[in-house]
Amino acid sequence: MAEREQRQRVGSDRSTEDPGTAEESTSPASTERSERLKGELDGLLDEIDEVLETNAEEFVKSYIQKGGE
Amino acid sequence: MAVLKTLGIETEFGIVHRGVAAPNPISASSLLINAYLSLRTDPGGGPGAPRVGWDFVDESPAADLRGFTPLEAMAPDIETHLVNAVLTNGARYYVDHAHPELSTPECADALSVVLQDRAAELILIESMAAANEFLPEGEELVVYKNNSDGKGNSYGCHENYLMDRATPFGRIVQHATTHFVTRQVFTGAGKVGCELPFRERNHIEFQLTQRADFFEAEVGLETTLKRPIINTRDEPHADPLRYRRLHVIVGDANLCEVATFLKMGTTAILLAMVEDDVLDPTVALADPVRALQAVSWDLNLSEPLGLTDGRSATALELQWGLLEAARKYLLERGTDAVGGVVADNVVDRWEQVLVSLERDPTELVGQVDWITKRHVVEGFKDRHGLAADDLRLAALDLQYHDLRPERSLFARMGAEVLVDPADAARATGYPPTDTRAFFRGRCLALWPDRIVAANWDSMVFDAGGEALRRVPMMEPSRGTQEHVGTLLETCGSVEELLDRLSA
Repeated sequence: MAEREQRQRVGSDRSTEDPGTAEESTSPASTERSERLKGELDGLLDEIDEVLETNAEEFVKSYIQKGGE
Repeated sequence: MAVLKTLGIETEFGIVHRGVAAPNPISASSLLINAYLSLRTDPGGGPGAPRVGWDFVDESPAADLRGFTPLEAMAPDIETHLVNAVLTNGARYYVDHAHPELSTPECADALSVVLQDRAAELILIESMAAANEFLPEGEELVVYKNNSDGKGNSYGCHENYLMDRATPFGRIVQHATTHFVTRQVFTGAGKVGCELPFRERNHIEFQLTQRADFFEAEVGLETTLKRPIINTRDEPHADPLRYRRLHVIVGDANLCEVATFLKMGTTAILLAMVEDDVLDPTVALADPVRALQAVSWDLNLSEPLGLTDGRSATALELQWGLLEAARKYLLERGTDAVGGVVADNVVDRWEQVLVSLERDPTELVGQVDWITKRHVVEGFKDRHGLAADDLRLAALDLQYHDLRPERSLFARMGAEVLVDPADAARATGYPPTDTRAFFRGRCLALWPDRIVAANWDSMVFDAGGEALRRVPMMEPSRGTQEHVGTLLETCGSVEELLDRLSA
């Protein structure tokens, strides 16, 4: 508890117990958004097989960048 | 008083030469850049980027902001023999060690940097296409906008901010360190695995940044060994009595425009607040190097960071503190030094991003790179039931940064766009209008044959006389369209320009 209070002071005067935060994470808008995101990701993952380097292991091992800055 | 925050980004790109047994990254980088330059100088081939070389006369990368050069420090070398060109947008495009590197022209606000950073990507994309025309069937150059090869080798994306020479350096170190450690929550480009020395790659599955594993010191001159959170290179490329340039090496290269916007915009405001000494002097991280890694490894954004006075705070709490100070500062002092109305947009977006980071980070897919990358890496892992150390996840990480439009994973993520792509295309050949880059870029476009060399703070003209004429540009906010636009439009020749400039 003591530590919590101290951390509050360092960061800001703003209350982190923002009313509404808890509801918002399960609000219809939020659910709709996460469904849309999931749908888009599924579409993207379908495409990735075409895009991903055919031999991923070889590709990762051969990606070497020496010298910089 | 905070000085006008002229700013810009230098990006070193990863490069792969496919289809050859023993690739040489230096010749690959040279081919890439030379191919672009020849494309642009073809008649009708674009805005005519001339083959004007870089002028090294004022370069001194070994100078230290602290006023001395430590004997043990590894001074950066200048490689004058490699390709090094100035473009008509005021940018510098060159081979740095074993990478192609592009430094944006000087910009006056964070949105202008986003535009120029997007233009830089377009230049690299055009370069790949041009170079591949020269290569035999089966060979290809591929460029990656990332900062690590996953094997312990890192290359940089450096930011630059103009600052007041009079600001005590210790104050810059204290507050900039706090920001650099904690801003990672929105600037991180994300990385699969770990590259901290003596740790297994799969010691952690995923972290916020590409770069945090490579930093070992709090303050120093090096950029390749014992990398410091605050780099002390003292090369203002401007009047050294008035200015210093803070050369920031601790950041990641971003693909998300929102991330670049916030990285540059929040840091510019932070540094103005340091100059005007409005930040809480009691907030200082106790162990910045450890904290840098702790924040990067903390996907829950909940790790408490120790402060020098015994208190602790999370990265988000410290960011909220800086945001509140920034709001108050802009209200009281105005936005003139930090980009005008763009600065108001920066703090609004800064707040929205912090709110989302607390509530549900997936709201920031398409705005923050580590969240965007993690979204697709996790989705792929779940769909195929992969182990955390499956190399296909490391391959996805690399391909997120692949700049080939048809291969880039980032390009498929539908990320939020802040600048019009048509404006970005134009910015590959046209400079920002509100810094000295305007004078440099427009002179190069108008009189490419009469400019012998150029660098950040001067240009050398061949005016036909016996001696070459150097035009100094020691003030980054002069040489704008407002200052010299009419002059450049009405001068019929270089001779007339030089006469009128010296009149």
